[in-house]
Amino acid sequence: MAENPFKENIEMVEKEYSEKMTPGAIVYLPGSSVVNKTGSWRVFMPKFNRDKCVRCFMCYIYCPEPAIYLDEESYPVFDYDYCKGCGICANECPTKAIEMVRETK
Amino acid sequence: MPMRKVMKGNEAAAWAAKLAKPKVIAAFPITPSTLVPEKISEFVADGELDAEFIKVESEHSAISACVGASAAGVRTFTATASQGLALMHEILFIAAGMRLPIVMAIGNRALSAPINIWNDWQDTISERDTGWLQFYAENNQEALDLILAAFKVAEDERVLLPAMVGFDAFILTHTVEPVEIPDQEVVDEFLGEYVPKHAYLDPERPITQGALGFPAHYMEARYTVWEAMENAREVIKEVFEEFEKKFGRKYHIIEEYRTDDAEIILVTMGSLAGTVKEFVDKKREEGVKIGAAKITVYRPFPIEEIKALAKKAKVLALLEKNISFGIGGAVYTDVGRALINEKEKPIVLDFILGLGGRDVTFENLEEVVEIARKAMDEGVKEEVYWIGLRKEIL
Repeated sequence: MAENPFKENIEMVEKEYSEKMTPGAIVYLPGSSVVNKTGSWRVFMPKFNRDKCVRCFMCYIYCPEPAIYLDEESYPVFDYDYCKGCGICANECPTKAIEMVRETK
Repeated sequence: MPMRKVMKGNEAAAWAAKLAKPKVIAAFPITPSTLVPEKISEFVADGELDAEFIKVESEHSAISACVGASAAGVRTFTATASQGLALMHEILFIAAGMRLPIVMAIGNRALSAPINIWNDWQDTISERDTGWLQFYAENNQEALDLILAAFKVAEDERVLLPAMVGFDAFILTHTVEPVEIPDQEVVDEFLGEYVPKHAYLDPERPITQGALGFPAHYMEARYTVWEAMENAREVIKEVFEEFEKKFGRKYHIIEEYRTDDAEIILVTMGSLAGTVKEFVDKKREEGVKIGAAKITVYRPFPIEEIKALAKKAKVLALLEKNISFGIGGAVYTDVGRALINEKEKPIVLDFILGLGGRDVTFENLEEVVEIARKAMDEGVKEEVYWIGLRKEIL
């Protein structure tokens, strides 16, 4: 999986936020939202079929989280730590390369 | 020169808002405070106030819009009452937790059921734990003055908490009284332009507001609200002093009236304080040693001032237009909290009266004094006394 591009920010936020309480518990650096792994309550998960993918980036553009990165060949990579399983990527994919499947623990 | 005008309490609140020059006012009409946003919208429409007036679809949206505006970094004002305030309940915690100095005028009104639009303090008293500062006005002049003072306290760097200023429904909101409107320049000097200290929008300084607080941080965040409320005690004193210098009217956290040699002190809030003072004068003429005290600032609760007051009298009689079911008057329990560790304390009596706009008459107050007198000799007979209750229809 591609490395999270916010990694450095996350570390900074974690450090700043834990060391000093700001008025109104404001977080002064961007990226704090990625500290919270929002993928933990997912019901459906996107299953990706590489063969059908035409690399149009639609899933990448529409992902509201954004939990989709592009690898070196511009294929989407799903970050399941943050994917909430909303299914927007599957809905937008013109070639139906993404299928939402019920996640089993 | 300050201008003197005859106006309703609601108009006085609107004038206070106009003088404070908020940039955003979001409000939803509700009896009895409808006239406040109505008047402000007139000011805005006439170009007398340079502000954004947001018409919203409910009180929940009104306070939410205020939270948004205040978080974006501007002075913000709203007004409501009763059920409207109750509808805001959820967001009131958020405004305080995010430390946004919003000021809200409240026409204190009873809560349903049964539906009742008249005065008591149940609405604001029920919101006492939200982290908002609370002021109670005795007359229309105080409504105007306390709103100005509330802005100054709320926006102080040591406080940064929202504030509500209550003035009694109809008794003040719809009654005309002469009100002195201070000069805009003096108000400008007093309040200054609002400079947001922590919450503001700036592309160069990206921030997350209202963020998720995990157990590792939540408690500290709540503590800072507590700390801010504690700081407010000192700040309020400073602001009241500065207010006197600028406008010539002196305010006290607890205003005492003829308490020096009083055996019985009637403690109350809001417009009832006016009636009680009048009553004290009458009883003094009859030679009864009686005094009055008015709680102007209810949150932070004036613990030290209550302790000082308690040293002066044999009986403190709490006159309250609210009830916390299952225990008694809310202010009574607060006063009890203030006195619980004192070695010598007076008898403290709890009187519930004037709920839902029921008149509080001199006869009612005579009854209170009679009970207080008896309590000195025979002790406290009842936990809570309901005054003016029509037992025959129960």
